[in-house]
Amino acid sequence: MSGHSTWPEWVYVGVVIALLCYVGAEAWNIERIVEHVPEDAEIIKVTGQQWLWTFEHEDGTKEIGELHVEKGKAYKFEITSKDVIHSFNIHDYVVLLDAVPGKINTVWFSPTEAGEFDIQCREYCGLIHYNMRGTLIVEDNGA
Amino acid sequence: MVLELQKPRPIWQIMFSTHHTDVGLLYLITSLAFMFMGGALALLLRVELFSPGVQLIADSMTYNRIFTVHGTTLIFLFILPSASAFGNYLVPIMVRFKDMAYPKLNAVAFWMIPPAGALIWLGFADFTWYAYPTYSVVSAPGPAADMWIFGLKILGVSSILGSINFVVTIMKCKHPDLPLSKMPLLAWAYLTSSLITLVAVPTFAAALLMLLTDRLGASGFFNPAMGGDPIAYQHLFWFTFHPEVYILVIPAIGFMYEIFPRFSRKPIFSHGSGVAAFTLLTIVGFASWAHHMYATGMSFTEKTVFMVGTLAAVPASAMHTFNFLATMWGGRIKFATPIMWAVGGIALFFSAGAGGVVNSAMPLDFITHDSYWVVGHFHLFVMGTILFGTVGFVYYFFPYVTGRMYSEVLGKVHFILSFVGTVLVFFTQHILGLFGMPRRIYDYPAIPEWVQMNIIISIGAFIIGIGMAIFLWNLIWSSAKGKPADMDDPFGLGGKYYFPYQAKNPSH
Ligand code: HEM
Ligand SMILES: [Cu+2]
Ligand SMILES: [Cu+2]
Repeated sequence: MSGHSTWPEWVYVGVVIALLCYVGAEAWNIERIVEHVPEDAEIIKVTGQQWLWTFEHEDGTKEIGELHVEKGKAYKFEITSKDVIHSFNIHDYVVLLDAVPGKINTVWFSPTEAGEFDIQCREYCGLIHYNMRGTLIVEDNGA
Repeated sequence: MVLELQKPRPIWQIMFSTHHTDVGLLYLITSLAFMFMGGALALLLRVELFSPGVQLIADSMTYNRIFTVHGTTLIFLFILPSASAFGNYLVPIMVRFKDMAYPKLNAVAFWMIPPAGALIWLGFADFTWYAYPTYSVVSAPGPAADMWIFGLKILGVSSILGSINFVVTIMKCKHPDLPLSKMPLLAWAYLTSSLITLVAVPTFAAALLMLLTDRLGASGFFNPAMGGDPIAYQHLFWFTFHPEVYILVIPAIGFMYEIFPRFSRKPIFSHGSGVAAFTLLTIVGFASWAHHMYATGMSFTEKTVFMVGTLAAVPASAMHTFNFLATMWGGRIKFATPIMWAVGGIALFFSAGAGGVVNSAMPLDFITHDSYWVVGHFHLFVMGTILFGTVGFVYYFFPYVTGRMYSEVLGKVHFILSFVGTVLVFFTQHILGLFGMPRRIYDYPAIPEWVQMNIIISIGAFIIGIGMAIFLWNLIWSSAKGKPADMDDPFGLGGKYYFPYQAKNPSH
């Protein structure tokens, strides 16, 4: 408009676009890799309800509020809800997926360290949402 | 000048007036009142979260109601009406017309806000500002939830009416000598944000009705027990509310386009670039809504599409930032209160945008989603950018409305406290999110990092609170007792830097 040069703006916008392309490509690639579920993953059914988590292993054992898994194995969660939407979260392992009634969402993970980790709900679900917590117990069976 | 309120008039003359400056004043006072009310609620939340265990609020339901009304109030009863306030004052002047196109409709749009505000505050719903089913359908207690739905319905209609008025005023009543391309950028801001409103908001209006009939049991759109799909609501909701964030931010950017050139005593670096960036945001803003829904179980392809759509909107925001800095570059800047707020605002806008890019990158969002990171992210926009731009503009506008000058010292103290507080609160919230603290929780386990960061955040919030108390005092005291402003040049910049260059000189 006014007679000054506009090339600095073009350069700047170009740099921004280049950075965004890099972030986008990298994100696409990583997400593609992490979404690939290993063949041998054991299935754990996760059900959210106001205000606790229940788990069912492949062999039929059930747990409430606590989840026992073995270090080094791969697990695939099949997550759903009995009532309202919750969100199943093991923050230390970047496991986060909504538990939606009438729908089964899947995500997999493989614990790399033995110990206890927090399980929590990350979608608002009412009165005790703040305390809809559980514990992931990773056991090291020398496997 | 037209904006003055110097001749005292009985209050009902202003209330029943349809003149654009009177309606603007009503919008301004209402929105500022709601800003203080919503802010007070935030302080209650921060007292409660100061440390683990019960501090102040006896039960979680009350806490949940408070954060719901806090968010609803500040978005719908502060940001939107404050934008309409300045639009009412300035759009007719900027397009050189005597009033808004439909003055009565204008007054009607304003008068829908107080009853809607009353419904929201008297109901005090708990289902968060986005009212997701199935919780909102099967679990949220009425009548609060229903009152919230009606309140939002009314506000939606009000903003559609207001937007029609802005679009018609600009497109049909603009002076024939003023081409659209030469129209001031603030008027462009109102044109583009109104167009977004007209396209985006009806979708949510429909979703609200469906939510209501679902709650009544008459339908099951979002209720899986009746064959419905709760995720459908999220699509409808975010189809409205991602574009809505641009409705909120564009006027604030427009305010900065008024402030920077004046106080830098230099024309805007590039008017064309500003117009292009507004237009780009208007269009591209519609391509990103489901970035809020990565964790609902979307397919890889869907996630990729919405990530690309989101990233595509970033260059437009970056163009504004560049334009601001380039406008200040080499200017004779007068660091009065308004430009301090604007400078603080762009610094926070930039950091907020960087955080937004992190959210958009799919794998990273599974770390940040629904954690305090997201709370920090959007507050850097709604508080750091929008409130900063708006408050800066309130200071800038103050002499024109009251004929008096605010206290410059208090204005600067207010800025410094707010800036320091905002950084303490919302940067820390980002880190707290990385440590895994979920948002919307009434109490939390005593994880040492969480406790420390929550203390820092609460202290930051109190610092902001002190600043806001000073602001309130400054507004009230200065409008009654402040020293009379030099109406030709209240900021001592040299008169020709004032009013929209296309409009009449203020001294005429
Ligand atoms: C322009 C002003 C902006 C405003 C006012 C804004 C506002 C918001 C709000 C209110 C939320 C949270 C909604 C909620 O869950 O309650 C949010 C989340 C998000 N924003 Fe922004 N935003 C803005 C810009 C951006 C930009 C530029 C980007 C990307 C580059 C971005 C990316 C995101 C993403 C991906 C989320 C979802 C995060 C999640 O829930 O996991 N935002 N934003
Ligand atoms: Cu929950
Ligand atoms: Cu969004």
